[in-house]
This record gives sequence, C-alpha cells and structure tokens, in this order.
Amino acid sequence: MADTKIGAYICKGCGLGERLDTDKLESIASGEGKAAICRQEEFLCQQSTVDKIQADIDNEGINRVVIGACSRRAKFEAFNFESTCVSRVNLREGVIWVRPDTEEAKEATQEMAEDYIRMGCTEVKFMSPPSASQEQSVNKHLLVVGGGITGMTSAIEASKAGYQVSIIEKTSQLGGVAGQLHRKVPSRMPYASPQDNGIDDLNNQISANSNITVYLNSTTTKTSGAPGRFSVDITTESGSTTTENFGAIIQASGFTPYDANKLPEFAYGKTPDVVDQLGLEKLAQEANGTPIKRPSDGKVVENVMFIQCAGQRSDKEDHLSYCSGHCCSTSIKQAMYFKESNPNCDAAVLYTDLRTPGAGGEDFYRSAQRKGVTFTKGIAKEVVAGDNQHTIKFTDLILNDEVDLAVDMVVLATGMLPNSGVNIDAPPAEEGSVEIPVESILNLDYRQGKDMPQLVHGFTDSHFICFPYETRRTGIYTAGPVRRPMDINQAIDDATGAAMKAIQAIENSALGKAAHPRSGDLSFPSFRMEGCTQCKRCTVECPFGAINEDEKGYPSYNESRCRRCGTCMGACPVRVISFENYSVDSVGQQIKAVNVPIPDEDDENAVAKPRILTLACENDAYPALDMAGMNRIQHSAYVRIIPVRCLGSVNTIWVTDALNSGYDGVVLLGCQKGENYQCHFVKGSEIAHYRMSKVNDTLTTLNLEKERVATYEVAITDIQRIPQLIDDMAKTIEDIGTSPLKF
Amino acid sequence: MAKKEYSFYPGCSSQKAASSSNYQVSVDSMCNELDIQLNTIPDWNCCSASIGYAGGGELPRIALSARNLALSEQANPGQDVVATCAACWLATKETKERLHEDDGLMEETNQALSAAGLNVKADQKVRHMVEVLIEDFGYDELGKHVKKPLDGIKIAGYVGCQTNRPFGIDGESFENPKYLDKLVETMGAEPIEKYEKKVQCCGGALAFSEPEKSQAMIKDIIEAAYDGGADMIATPCPVCQMNVEVYQNHINKKYNTKFKMPVVYYSQLMSVAYGKNYKESGLNGQVITPEKLSIIAKK
Amino acid sequence: MGNLNTTMIEKYRNSFLHEVEANVEEGEWVKMCMQCGVCSGSCPLGPHWDHPPQELFMMIRAGKREEVLTSSSMWMCTSCYNCIVRCPRELPITHIMHGLAHYAKRLGLVPENQQTEKFAQLFWDNLTNTGRVNELKLGLKLYFMNGFGEGIKMSLKMQDVGLNMLKTGRMSPFELLGGHSIKDKTGFHAMLQKAKELEDAKIAKHGA
Repeated sequence: MADTKIGAYICKGCGLGERLDTDKLESIASGEGKAAICRQEEFLCQQSTVDKIQADIDNEGINRVVIGACSRRAKFEAFNFESTCVSRVNLREGVIWVRPDTEEAKEATQEMAEDYIRMGCTEVKFMSPPSASQEQSVNKHLLVVGGGITGMTSAIEASKAGYQVSIIEKTSQLGGVAGQLHRKVPSRMPYASPQDNGIDDLNNQISANSNITVYLNSTTTKTSGAPGRFSVDITTESGSTTTENFGAIIQASGFTPYDANKLPEFAYGKTPDVVDQLGLEKLAQEANGTPIKRPSDGKVVENVMFIQCAGQRSDKEDHLSYCSGHCCSTSIKQAMYFKESNPNCDAAVLYTDLRTPGAGGEDFYRSAQRKGVTFTKGIAKEVVAGDNQHTIKFTDLILNDEVDLAVDMVVLATGMLPNSGVNIDAPPAEEGSVEIPVESILNLDYRQGKDMPQLVHGFTDSHFICFPYETRRTGIYTAGPVRRPMDINQAIDDATGAAMKAIQAIENSALGKAAHPRSGDLSFPSFRMEGCTQCKRCTVECPFGAINEDEKGYPSYNESRCRRCGTCMGACPVRVISFENYSVDSVGQQIKAVNVPIPDEDDENAVAKPRILTLACENDAYPALDMAGMNRIQHSAYVRIIPVRCLGSVNTIWVTDALNSGYDGVVLLGCQKGENYQCHFVKGSEIAHYRMSKVNDTLTTLNLEKERVATYEVAITDIQRIPQLIDDMAKTIEDIGTSPLKF
Repeated sequence: MAKKEYSFYPGCSSQKAASSSNYQVSVDSMCNELDIQLNTIPDWNCCSASIGYAGGGELPRIALSARNLALSEQANPGQDVVATCAACWLATKETKERLHEDDGLMEETNQALSAAGLNVKADQKVRHMVEVLIEDFGYDELGKHVKKPLDGIKIAGYVGCQTNRPFGIDGESFENPKYLDKLVETMGAEPIEKYEKKVQCCGGALAFSEPEKSQAMIKDIIEAAYDGGADMIATPCPVCQMNVEVYQNHINKKYNTKFKMPVVYYSQLMSVAYGKNYKESGLNGQVITPEKLSIIAKK
Repeated sequence: MGNLNTTMIEKYRNSFLHEVEANVEEGEWVKMCMQCGVCSGSCPLGPHWDHPPQELFMMIRAGKREEVLTSSSMWMCTSCYNCIVRCPRELPITHIMHGLAHYAKRLGLVPENQQTEKFAQLFWDNLTNTGRVNELKLGLKLYFMNGFGEGIKMSLKMQDVGLNMLKTGRMSPFELLGGHSIKDKTGFHAMLQKAKELEDAKIAKHGA
C-alpha cells in the first residue's frame, strides 16, 4: 500500500456542480482521502479531461483513480484506465438524481456525496490491479459426449471454427434418436412436409473431417481438471481405456423416451397396434413411402388417431408433469406419413393444446390441415384393444361429447426424460429402500459430484433467462434435450450455441479470463492458507465446483472453473479469501469510512442522523437503483450503497462491523433464488439468504432488534420497489429508534 | 379543384320514396358543393345485400354484382365505381375480389352474364363514398368548404359493421375506426371520443326476422350515445340509420326507456355545414328530428 | 330436394367435411379452423346460436351432418363480419355461414318456420322480380309471412314505423303499383337462370 498514489477527480457536469459543494468534496478527497492529485472538472468525461487523467497516470505516478461523477455503469469506456484501479463514486444516479433539489434536502444530500467520496478513496487504497495467474493452459481440443444429432452438430460446428473434436458415443453408431426417424419435422420454408432426417449427411461430413475423431461403444469413465486442461478417461465396451486432454466439453447425452408400458389405460402392450412415436417411426421406415400397415395383421391403416400428452403434462403418479415440446409437431409429421402414402386414410390428432413452437410450427400445422389431417380437441380416457378394430374413448372438449371412435391404430405421444446422469443434489436414500443405480455421464472428479447439477425434472441446470448456454460447471456445456425438452431443430441451434460457448471457454481459459457474467475478469480469489482452518465452507458453497479439497482438506482452487463471484469470500469465517480488487477490506473499509454521526453528548434528547448500509448485487439490484435515479425516484438520504459482485460474496463480518460502527440498519439486495432463480451465479443469492438467516444471533449478542437487517430478492425491473425497500428501512429505524451503538 | 367523376351505384334504398332517399338527397347536395359528378350506372340492379343467400346461391349472387360492374364498364369506362350504401359497396367489392381470386368463378360468371349480353372484367376500383371523401379530398379540403360550422353539437359516430368490416376504410382499425369522428370534427361538431358501441352490430337484416334480438342491440347502441352525452348519432350506413332510428318507440315500450335520439348520415352533417338548407340536407326525411342540426340548417 | 339429400348422404357417408368442401361456399376453409373460439366470442348474436361457428366447424369434422344442416345456428348470422376480421386463420366465416345456410335450404333441411330463412327468401324473390327491391311489398310480405292473422297483428304493431316512413317520404303507397324496376328484366332473368343452372349442375355432379 505504500506505493499507492491516488488521483481524485470530481465532475461538475450534469448538474453536480449546482447541486453539490464540490469544493468541499475536493477537500475531503485530498484531506481524509489522501488523494495526491485532486481536481474539479466541468465535464469529466470529455476526451481532453480524460487525457489529463491519463497524463497524471503516465507522468505523475497516479496509480489509483477516484472518479466522482456518474454511476460505474455509465461512461465505462471513458473511465477505463488500463492497469489502474478505478473507483467510481456515483454522485449522479446515486445522489443528486435520487434527492429533491430543495434547500431542506441540501445538507443531507451533501453528506451523502461526501461519504461516497470517502468510500471511493478508501476502496482504491485496498485494491490492486488484477493480473492473470500463471496456471493458464491452451488446449484446442473439444470433447463431445453423445453422438446424436446434437453432438454431431456441435462437433461439425466446432471443427469448422478450427478446433479438434472427439465424439464419444455409447452405442455402435452415430445418429441417436434422430437416426431412428423416418423423416424429421421440416426446418426450412415452406415448412409443409417432413424432410430427410439429415443424419446421413452429418455422418458423411464427420467421416470426411480429419479434425473429428469418433469413439463408438465408449463412455467417459473419469473427467478431471478444468477448462483448458480437462483430462478424460475414455473406456470402450471391452474395457480398454485411453486418456485424452481437452480444453472444453459438450455434454449432448440426449433423452430417453418415456416408458409407454406405464400407460396400460391406452392398451400399450395389449395390442401391437398401439405404439409410441418412435414405434411409429419404425413402421414408417419399414413402409418406406407405401401405405403404413398395422403390426397386428398387416392391414393397411385406414384410420389412425394420435393421442397427445400421453403420460405427460399430467399430475398423475408416474406421469411427466412437463411438456416435451416436440410431440405435437412430431404427431403432425407422422399424420402426414399416413396422408401422403394413403390420402384416404383418416388421421386425427387428439389434443388439448396444440403447441408447435418455432418459426415453422404454425405453417406445418396448417399444412397438415390442408392435407386433411383432422385435429380434435379432447382428452383420451381409454383405449380398448379389439380383435378387428380398437376403440378410443375420449371426451370431445369442443362438442362436449363422450366419443367412442373405432380405429386401426393408435399412436401415443409420450414425453422425454433427460439423460443427465447422477443427481448430485439428491437426498441420501432412505435406509432400507432399494436404490436404482444411475450411470454417470461424465464421471467428474469434482468435489461436488459426478455429473452436472440438475434444476427441475432432472434436466441439467442452465441460466435459461439471461445466458441459456451457461452451466454451473465452467467449460462444460450441455446441449439438446438433456438441457430442456426440445425438438430436433431446437437441438441443432442448441448444439451450435454450445459449440460457441465451448470455444469461448477454451480461449478464455488460455488467458485466465472469466466466463459470463464477469466475462473477461482477470481477478481471482487467493487463499491465505496459513490462516485456513479447513472448514470446507468454500469448497462446499462454490456454486461452480471450482474448489476441490487436497488430501489435507485445504481448498484446492481451479482458476478456469471459477466465475469470480466471491461466494467463497463470503463463506470464509476466517476471511482468508480475497481478490486483488475485491476483498473483505475493500468493502469493509468503505463501511468504516462513512461518517456515522453520533448524538450530541451535551443534549440528552439528541438523536443522531441514522445511517443505513445497503449492499446491492451489481447484476440486477445496482442497475435497478441506477434506473431509479434516471427516473428521479427518490430514496432516503441516510443510505450508503455499496455494489457487490453477488450477494453470495457478502461476508457477515461486513454486517457485524456496520452494526458495531453505529449503523442503524442494513439492507441486502440480491437476485431471485430457488427453482426460478435469477441469480447470475446460480446459488449466490440463496446462500446469502441462508447466511443472513443466521445473523439474528449476532443481533441478539449486540442487543439489537432483528428488524435492523433485511435481505431481499429483487429484480432489475424493481425500480420503484427498491427505493421503497430502502425507505421502509428508514421508517423502521424511525419506529424502533436509532442504534444504541454510536460512540 | 377540378371536377371529379365517378361511376355511381346508388342502390335500392336510395331510390325515390325508399328508406334512405334522404341519404341520397344529402349526398347530392354534398357532391354539388364538392364538384363531384356521379354518373349513375344505367339500369343497375340490386346487389342482394348480405341476406340474399337463402334464395340465391353463390353464383347467382355474384352475377348480380357482376352485372352492375359490367354495365359500369360499358357506360362509364375507366371510372371508379362508388357506392353510398354499405351493403352495395361490400357486395360489389367482394364480387370484384372473388372474381379475381378464382378463374373458374370468373368464367362461370361471364357465362351467366352472356345470357344478358354482357361481359365483365371487374378491373375498376370499387369504393365507398367515404373513401372518396377521405382519399380524394382529405379532411383539410373537406373543411375548407364549411360555411356553417356545426358548433356545439355532440355527435356519436356510429360506424357499424359493413363500412368497417371486412374491408373498412384504408388505414382504419376494425375495432376503433376514427374517420367518422374526424369528419364530424372537420364539420365543426364535437365527436364523442369514447363511444362504446361505435362498431356494434345493429342486427342488419335480422332486424326484420329477429326483431327482439336486434332491438336489444339497438338499445345498447342508443344508450351508449346517451352515456357519451351525444345530441345525435351519425352513420355512413342506410341499414344502421334505419334500424337505429325507427324502432325507438318499440324499444321505449319494451325497455321502459325514453329514447328520442336522432340518427343522421354523415352526408347530412356535411350538407348542413356546407350551407345547404333543411330540405337539401334531407332533414325532412328524419323520423326523429335532429333539433340542433335543423336550427343551423334553417339559419 | 329430399332426393338430393339422400344422394349426398350416400356419397359422403363418413366424410361430411368433404361434402362441405365440395358443395358449400368457401367450404374448403372449414378444415383450417384451429378452434380458438374467437369467432364465437365475437358474434353479436353469439348467445343465440345453438352451435357457434367454431363448434359448427368441429361438428362438420366430426361428421355431424344432420345436426349441422338442420341447425338454426347459421341463420343467426347478421353479416356483421366481426368473425372474419378477427379470425387468426383468416377463414371467411361469414361466407361459410351463408353457404351452410344456403346448402341446408337446397337440401330441404332448414328447421320449420325459420324466420330469417323465410325473410331471406322473400328478399330474394322480391329483388329478382324486378331487379330492384320493393321495400313496401317486402315489408308487407314480411308481416304476413307467418300467416294472415299474424300479419294483421304485425301490421298493427308496425303501424307507427310505416306511418313515420310515409310521413318522411321514405315510403310510398304507389310502390304497390309496380314500383321501381330495371329495364332489361328479360336479360336479367336469363342471367340468373343461367347462373342457377351452372350451380345446380355442379352440385348434382358431386352428388352423382
């Protein structure tokens, strides 16, 4: 810290000069803030002024810059000085825009600005410019696990971009489920008729491509390492194992069709004339363009009904609760098989809600209607197998009729189950229960389990709203129906997206840069091992499995797996984890830098102005606060807001320190947690909420009311609500009184 | 502006002593002011409106409008066909479109027409009088002719169905067309901005066969005009005008209301605003006298 | 007509949809309905239909021939065109309703005493007589279409309307004596006759 030299620059533009006493701010920066150079500028962001700051850095030895102007989210490019730590003091969105421009408000507004200057000057003192660690490695070889249409597409796309790819396929041939299809739902205009399943073409491309290696009859028996240096054991059916190194991995392990034997009410298994969709593909392949014959007696089918949502979108036991996404389009396609080979065949689709996602879905549906496929809205109750014909009993929901329809064949549109391997979050099996062993897909040698974390219904987790391809294991991307239910065309898109993410992971890991959402970040947590108590909280809580344990139980960090959220830093009870530019001190000292007024000793009834600490997630809460400022939505002047990388990075010591320093309340703002999480680091917000539920003990020890600490889940759209939450805390403090801990 | 000429299809109800003869009177006055020459299609016939379908099949009904188009082509070549009646316009325009969509239908229609010594190409535009006003003149030009602004009259613009759907006036929405309100405003009157029943069906021809069901809808149309504070209703459609105006006694009896809501044509508003007198504006044809409009007309 | 009906049943057996596609105006659109129900919800007389349009379309697909053709539903259409402009599949619903009504009448399946059917026929007869509608004759025929006694009652009930129309010059008793007419009635009637022949022949062909 001895060699830090601070330059503090205060902007007078955008109304700051009129609303604030900038001379006073300057004197605080140079006095308390110990800034070596301090200047006020009319428009700090204009190029000539920015050039002057750069000159200070180049010629005057300034290596820490404090910008007292707008939010860190504005003018990012202008105030980005390479290899220099910058603290952005948010005087515009965070102060003058959220305060009324009145004489009475002036004093408190000025106090806000002064505190933020103090905080900025303090923060930079505890920051140093991040540089990549020395553990980077480059490996331009990509592993694709699963040789279906998704995996094949990923491999081809990645090879086109110049990367080596190996495909590991469990069975004896590539193609997966798509390879078993007679035709596929069209992917091109005019979306009118089924088209070739495309597998032959992909096969040809792969066999002609020297950059793609295929391992058939093989599985991954061990995966260790990290992006840039994965080491994978590939074991063949016969038991021989080879070990290969990869830069990134795509898991395209596909799905297993729902077992139609669980649907005896639809006579599956009682007559071969009731088939599932894959069963029908087989019949269509055999017919190969001639009229499809029914399996029981080889009679040409004159009459077929498709039962949609068979065993899915249902809350019955053993049924799937979700929609598998492709089955309506698949039935439309299969009904066309019948119509096209035999126009006199009656083909009817029995549905409750016809869903045909994708650009061509609706066109394909209309095309089937034009071809004479009948669509009936209704619920199938039973299929009774007969000798000659079979009877479907269903309720017609439009005509409100109970119908018995005689048909030659029935096709059940059953759902898909993801092949996602071992559920690493499953609760331990109850004693005495028989556990069905699940084969692992990746056999990850990670502290947190063998396979990818799952979210709902066994599908692998991904942040489906903001960055759908991202997973919780950096450098390993899931694609296709293992990620969520989807059709072939979506799987092809998904495969391409995953290939791009994998390439990005390879390139990032070579440079020591983080993946989304802190993409490009070079800072990484360092562990002061001599202080570590081997408590394992960091290894357990890391949402990304970045930290293994060594044989002694110390954390063993894998930089390229890490997403730099700081959840480990928040977890550490002995505070030995820190980033170069983000640490327990860089935030903790800001908290202490705030001027917490103490009551006038001579006046017994005196009440000091309260102070509220708000720690706001930089991903959603802080932008929402900025937007509140842009909309001039006011909030209490007693709050001091510090952005954090993730609420998961909040170490409880900050809360304890704030309360000990006389703050009256603490408001923590993170993202939505749980099944529909919006947390950019998946588990950070959830973990923070859990930690804060334990803060009551601290409050009790300090003899403080538990209302003084509040933790909220907020969204980026909560621009009205967040200022209200802050004001609510101000009101709470008014009600219960200021903190007694002001000395 | 130079004189504008159109091939005019007046329709049955516009004839002397027919139910919308007052509409025709006001249209003539309005056209006189705007220097519009309407060249009536000689020997035009009924279009069969939208209720001819029981007796007439698709082809006979198409033939009716096709005959009018054929006659127009003969007598007024190159002129747009203009109708003032919603049903006439709709049937004729639909026929033109159907003939061009379906070659077989065109051929059969011409077979039928040949029995009357005619042949149709159906190439002219088929337009409603309102389209002529808005597209060929525009609100500004229409406003320039106003001599007696209709100050202080609040008017519910009742667009109804067939001038609005399925074709409608170009650029207007089906759910909330604005042109009638704009015309009202141009004439110096005040449109009821939120007239809730602006595009409600009055029952059309079913006012005759299903009077109770239709009158229930008509009641709502009138009630909404009162709710909006209207002095009168204005409409572009003869069926709307007749249905909404003439059954008010019956509705009053049945629903115990006290309706006495005048229903006028847009062309009557324009005639009065253009300085035409009471009779020239066809106001003597009103069953319920529009008092405020009459005062201005008589001034 | 009864015979034609029998022929049609023979011909199409299980596929009423095909029959509608072949013989009903715009009938080839029926299969394109996606059952959203916007038409039914948009119809001003919706509550008075036994089967709103969407349901009729489903019934056609379900082969409910008798129920559809004997229904009074399509006779409830006021031709307001709400359904047409709102249909997301752009079905010409109004025309299909007219077409179904006409086809039912052609086959002699209209429910007895269907008021709109009676009026619509009166209207057609009236207009085809002279080429133009004679409103007075049409009105009188309308009042008396349900018999003489009903007619007198109706006339009395409608007296005020008639008087008002007379007073305002929007009706004239002289219309009873001939009234408005086109000149070329001969050519006009020949044209309609030809059109009817062509149409009948087409439907007979489908029924053969």
